[in-house]
This record gives sequence, C-alpha cells and structure tokens, in this order.
Amino acid sequence: MSVLLDHLPEFWEGLVVTLQLTAASFAGAAVLGLVVTSMRVSPVAVLRGIGTAYVETFQNLPLLVLLVLAVFGLPEIGIKADLLVTAVVVIAVYEAAYIAEALRSGVNAVSAGQGEAARALGLTFGQSLRHVVLPQALRTVIQPLGNVFIALTMNTSLAAAVGVVDLTAAANRVNLIEAQPIPIFVGAGLAYALVAACVGLVTGRLERRLVTAG
Amino acid sequence: MIQIQALNKWFGDHHVLHDVDLEVAQGEVLVVIGPSGSGKSTLCRCLNRLESASSGTIRIDGVPVPEEGRELARLRADVGMVFQSFNLFQHKTVLENVVLAPMKVRGVGRAEAERTARELLERVGIAEQAGKLPARLSGGQQQRAAIARALAMRPKVMLFDEPTSALDPEMVGEVLDVMAGLAADGMTMVVVTHEMGFARRAADRVVFMDGGRIVETGRPDTFFEAPRTDRARDFLAKVLTH
Ligand SMILES: Nc1ncnc2c1ncn2[C@@H]1O[C@H](COP(=O)(O)OP(=O)(O)O)[C@@H](O)[C@H]1O
Ligand SMILES: [Mg+2]
Repeated sequence: MSVLLDHLPEFWEGLVVTLQLTAASFAGAAVLGLVVTSMRVSPVAVLRGIGTAYVETFQNLPLLVLLVLAVFGLPEIGIKADLLVTAVVVIAVYEAAYIAEALRSGVNAVSAGQGEAARALGLTFGQSLRHVVLPQALRTVIQPLGNVFIALTMNTSLAAAVGVVDLTAAANRVNLIEAQPIPIFVGAGLAYALVAACVGLVTGRLERRLVTAG
Repeated sequence: MIQIQALNKWFGDHHVLHDVDLEVAQGEVLVVIGPSGSGKSTLCRCLNRLESASSGTIRIDGVPVPEEGRELARLRADVGMVFQSFNLFQHKTVLENVVLAPMKVRGVGRAEAERTARELLERVGIAEQAGKLPARLSGGQQQRAAIARALAMRPKVMLFDEPTSALDPEMVGEVLDVMAGLAADGMTMVVVTHEMGFARRAADRVVFMDGGRIVETGRPDTFFEAPRTDRARDFLAKVLTH
C-alpha cells in the first residue's frame, strides 16, 4: 500500500486526466449520439443511411486503431491538435456509435402513436423527437446508457497507449520505478471502479431529471 | 373545407383506396362507416398526411396538403386528430399535453396556454384531472383529454378515427357527448365510427365505405332507413343487430 501513498501526486494527476477524458468524451459522445439517433429515425432516407453507416463503421473498428490513426496520422496531413483534445474527440466519436445504438432501441420502444400524435398537432419532426419521443426513450435506456458510459470510462485507458498520461499511464510509470505491479495496478483498478460507480450514479440522476423536465 | 379528388392509396401492391372523391363543407359533420379494413383509417390519415396519398389531390380550406416539412406541420396544426388509442404523451401531465403544441407550434405564452387549456379541460369535463399523468385516467377521461389537446390548436377541422372503439362501453357516452357538443358548435368534423346512434344524432352526412371505395353517401335518416346499395344494407343488418 505504501507504494501508492508514496506516489500519490502522480496517481492524482493521472486520475485528473482520466476524469477529464471521461467527462469531456461523455459530453461529446452524448451530443453526437443524439444527432446520429435523430438521423437514424428521420424521415429522410439519406440521413438514415448516413446514421446507420456511422454506427456500423465505428462499432466495427477498434478504438485503439482509431486513436493511433488520429494521434500519429493527423499531424502527417498537417492537422496539429493537443494530444488530450485529439483523444477526447476520437473517444467521443467512437462511443457516440454505441450511445446512438442504445438510444435507438429506446426510440423503438416508444409507440409510434406518440410521434404521430405530436406530428398531427403540427410539431415538426425535430420537435416531436425532442419534446415527445426522446424524453420517453431516455427513460427506457438509462441502464444501457449507463453501461455505455462505464465502458467509455474503461476505454479512456487506451489513451495511455498513444501518450496521454492518464491514470493507467501514471500507474505504468510508477511501476517502472517501483516494480510492484500488483498493488499499483490493483490501486489503479479500484480508482477506475470508483469512477465507473460515480458515472453510473450521475447519469442515472441526470436522465431522471431530463425525463421529468419533459 | 375539405376537397378530395381521385385519391388512391397503395400499400405496396395492396390497393387500399380507389379513386375516392369527397367534399366536406365548412361546419359539416361527416360520419364514415364501413367494415374493418375498408380503408376508413387510411382515408382519415391521408387528410393530414400521416399517410401520403399515392395519387390524387387533397385540399384543406382551399390549400393542397403540402408534401413535407414546415408547410406540412403548419397544415397539421389546423387539422385536429383524435386517435382510437388516445396517444396522450405518457410522460406529461394532462395540462402539459394540452399546452405543448400551442406553446411550441403557435408560440403562445405559458400563462395564456394554460388558461386556454384549463377552459378546454373544463369544457370536456375533466378540469380536476389537469395535474395527473395520462396513465392515472380512465379511458374515457384520456380520450376527452386528447380531444381537448386537439382543440387547443383551434383547428379548422377535427378528424376522429374510431374514438370510442378502445373504450369500455360505459365510457363511450361521455366521449360521444363531447363530440356532439362540438358538432353543435359548428366544428367541421370527419368521424370514423361504429356508433350508429351518434351518426343518426350528430351527422349531417354519412359515407359508407367498402373495399377502399365510397359505396354510398347520404343524409343519416335516409341512409339508415333506406340504404340504396346491397352492401350498405348487409353492413347495417350486421352492426344494428349486434
Ligand atoms: N401501414 C400499412 N401497411 C400496409 N397495409 C396497411 C397499412 N395500414 C393499413 N393497411 C391495410 O389497408 C387496408 C385498410 O386499412 P384501414 O384504413 O386501417 O381500414 P379501416 O380503418 O377501415 O379498418 C387494410 O387491408 C389494412 O390491412
Ligand atoms: Mg381503422
């Protein structure tokens, strides 16, 4: 245990980076996931096609490949961005596919009559989605979304492989000095578990508030 | 108010509406009857383009029903619809159900929207249910709430697709009473129903559909006393003895 306490500042800094990665890519993935879901249920065939292609593409590519491609490939074509920002964008883009899939199952669970009634009243497609269909869809997908969010938390550790000094990278560095992998990585693992538990709590509450705000 | 010319509708290669021509005058109450599967719902849904017509033209208040987008939304705002299964927004209270469209579509302020909503809920007899979620209401109350929600948009026309078919028998009357009140107030109404009593009492004209065609149309007294076609006679014999 003392090895963890001895290197508390390193662990703390790594944890902060992991939290930043998680929170920022959550936010990005949620917004993008909503957009992709709206496209997938839209009456316009082209938008539906794009939405479906998006989900299929990113569900069939490994996140690590995308991270490596973005971090090492983008500078090659002249796009230079902060490493952390690049990682956030890539994780958000990737996880949005899973959020879109979860949201769509929720939209399908809402009876067609709800959207029809909204449109019959003169709401546009977007308004009926926003005020009628999605609030009810969210209620049914709190659990699956929570699971996506937790998977996302774990997936942020892949950013360590492209040089982001997150909790995993910090643990790795400490281990190179101390050579005590078991307490170091068990400690890091517990920290991830704690973050995941918090994410679960926060998203659950957030969605319930979204639902009641209608 | 409504003009339908040579309306055809196919679902795939299933021809559901055949060359339907129909006019509904301002303030007229038109009751559509006919056996299940004869195309009554499809006709109703074509009027506000929940189903798109395969061919033919539909005009509401002189304006052809737009294909899509904001124009279509604007037309739908003027055409109220009441569904067999109520379709109240399950996550919103009755009051929120009624104020949503006036606020989001017409841009009415909340205070005014709520005032109008409470008046309408009073009118359909469920003022005290305003704060409840739809699932807490009886079927008859839900359908009256759905009527209030449609009326809140001050529609030019109201469409009813079997509004009492999903109700327990003892609740049918309370909904039909509200509809008869609307008819008496001069609302233009298209009502698909199996309630022949309502048709006799409130209709200006009855249309009998079978196999996607309008087979017979007439004033309710003449239609019910002396239907001209065999198909209408058969249908009436069945529904009136049941
Ligand atoms: N969305 C749809 N897809 C395919 N066929 C449909 C659809 N809606 C209705 N139909 C068919 O169209 C015919 C007319 O249906 P409908 O208008 O609901 O009749 P009614 O309301 O008079 O019972 C029926 O044969 C029905 O099976
Ligand atoms: Mg029907």
